[in-house]
Amino acid sequence: MQIEAKILENEEIAPDRYKMVLSAPQIARQARPGQFIHVRVSEGYSPLLRRPFSVHRVQGQNIELLYRVVGKGTEILSKRKRGEYLDVLGPLGKGYRLPSVTSKVSDIILVAGGTGVASLMFLAEWISVTNPKLSILVVIGAKSREELLCEGDFRRLDCRVEVATENGTRGYEGLASDLLQKFLPLSGDSSNPLVFACGPSEMLKRIGKISREHRFPCQVSLEEHLACGVGACLGCVVRAKSSPYTYKRVCKDGPVFDAGELIWE
Amino acid sequence: MIRKAKEKSPNLAIELAGIPLKNPVMVASGTFGYGEEYADLIDLNRLGAVVTKTITLKPRLGNEPPRIVETASGVLNSIGLQNVGVDAFINEKLPFLRKYDVPLIVSIAGETSDEYVELAKRLRGRKIEGLELNLSCPNIKYDRKLMIAQDAKATHLVVSRVKKVTSVPVIAKLSPNVTDIASVAKVCEEAGADGVSLINTFTGMAIDVENRKPILRQITGGLSGPAIKPIALRMVYEVHKAVGIPIIGIGGIMAARDALEFIIAGAKAIAIGTGNFVDPLTPIKVIDGMREYMIKNKIKDIKSMVGSLKCPKGSL
Repeated sequence: MQIEAKILENEEIAPDRYKMVLSAPQIARQARPGQFIHVRVSEGYSPLLRRPFSVHRVQGQNIELLYRVVGKGTEILSKRKRGEYLDVLGPLGKGYRLPSVTSKVSDIILVAGGTGVASLMFLAEWISVTNPKLSILVVIGAKSREELLCEGDFRRLDCRVEVATENGTRGYEGLASDLLQKFLPLSGDSSNPLVFACGPSEMLKRIGKISREHRFPCQVSLEEHLACGVGACLGCVVRAKSSPYTYKRVCKDGPVFDAGELIWE
Repeated sequence: MIRKAKEKSPNLAIELAGIPLKNPVMVASGTFGYGEEYADLIDLNRLGAVVTKTITLKPRLGNEPPRIVETASGVLNSIGLQNVGVDAFINEKLPFLRKYDVPLIVSIAGETSDEYVELAKRLRGRKIEGLELNLSCPNIKYDRKLMIAQDAKATHLVVSRVKKVTSVPVIAKLSPNVTDIASVAKVCEEAGADGVSLINTFTGMAIDVENRKPILRQITGGLSGPAIKPIALRMVYEVHKAVGIPIIGIGGIMAARDALEFIIAGAKAIAIGTGNFVDPLTPIKVIDGMREYMIKNKIKDIKSMVGSLKCPKGSL
């Protein structure tokens, strides 16, 4: 659906990292973890296209976004004021596929790189409500301590949180994917972990490889430049396994894919 | 009373190459998928017509990504005509579109004139209102290294051969990547085309200066969006002076005023392309905006505006 969403909050929570709260009752009702909204950051033609943001949280009638200023679109978004309205399409895309209460999954591992925490926060909150018996391990990676996001929020959900920073200013010194390896294999044969990852494509590629080696299911949420956001333009495709391969649309068939179905370049 | 109300409401209906349209606002090929992608966001019944994503004889995988990049007031794309192929289109896509009360123009492309003919034959008796010949896709090279619409002989051959095997109106989609688009339009008219749509995208490119690599995997792509509107408008103006068949104006239309410019320049209908990506409601806003303009300016019939450009005396 397409709505005019009122901006309730738009604050810098870390250097160049912003949290935006939008009043969007219909989207809040329908959104599932891993889905995104497609935002027209301003009227006019610069930028021309919408910008996609995954739903970070749903709080009652509101949705929250967590974004980093990376270019013109996010720069303009960061300057939008409380009380203004944004033209929003959503919720769009296929989100994370969740384990049913009866499934054999015993542990959930979330691996977040940078602002990849955005969609995984919503996922952790969703699981803690719908399937509270599952234990959740969250591995958060960032370049430095200043860029770490949501650590406290995950702890408040009773998740076990492990942190990696590339410069070693907090937690493990190195990449989130390396830190993940330290927890594998999990508690012996009886464990059936399910891994969800969101972050830079290099990180997702490494985690996809680890999931193959350790034979556990892994879902990754991809980030791509989108044009239409609804599956029409075919601009955002990634290569997926078929005979021999096919192209899938990140906006419509994803953004969440099984790591095993993708062909990593 | 009823008659009075009717008189007040301006008439937006037109006839395009024999196809009756509720209004002159269509959606352009390749920007609207097969309709189903937008069906939840916009009332398809309100559109003048839908032009489908280009269909080829066999399914096409499309180009390797990256396929799309935003540039100043525009978008560069090199999708590579990814599509399900004519058989799957007929079986899986057409039934959905036929549920709506909207004229359907199917865009087709081939690598040879035989393929266009075969496509037109396969679509015979399939409840479609028209065919649009995509002669101008940067991804299909005919014969040498040219698009069909860059070669007068090839253009004539494809249009005249398709005309012989179909009973629905045939519209030729032209490329702006030519020296004289009016002469190509004339060739189409002579070959029997019932209309021309213009323009397709301009070939262009974008480079990442950090690694000195082209951003698109195919190096070049087709430029669309508001960036190309003034050139598209000039081309519609030139073609209108050269041919008698109806013109569908395309190129960066984002609002009613853009659409009106094309109509004044000589387009009988217009199509929204990139504007659909920016705002799915663009076609509806254009229709409503055109109606408002007509009420305000006491224009009873949109047809009276087609080609109504007032050039200063003595200008060519």
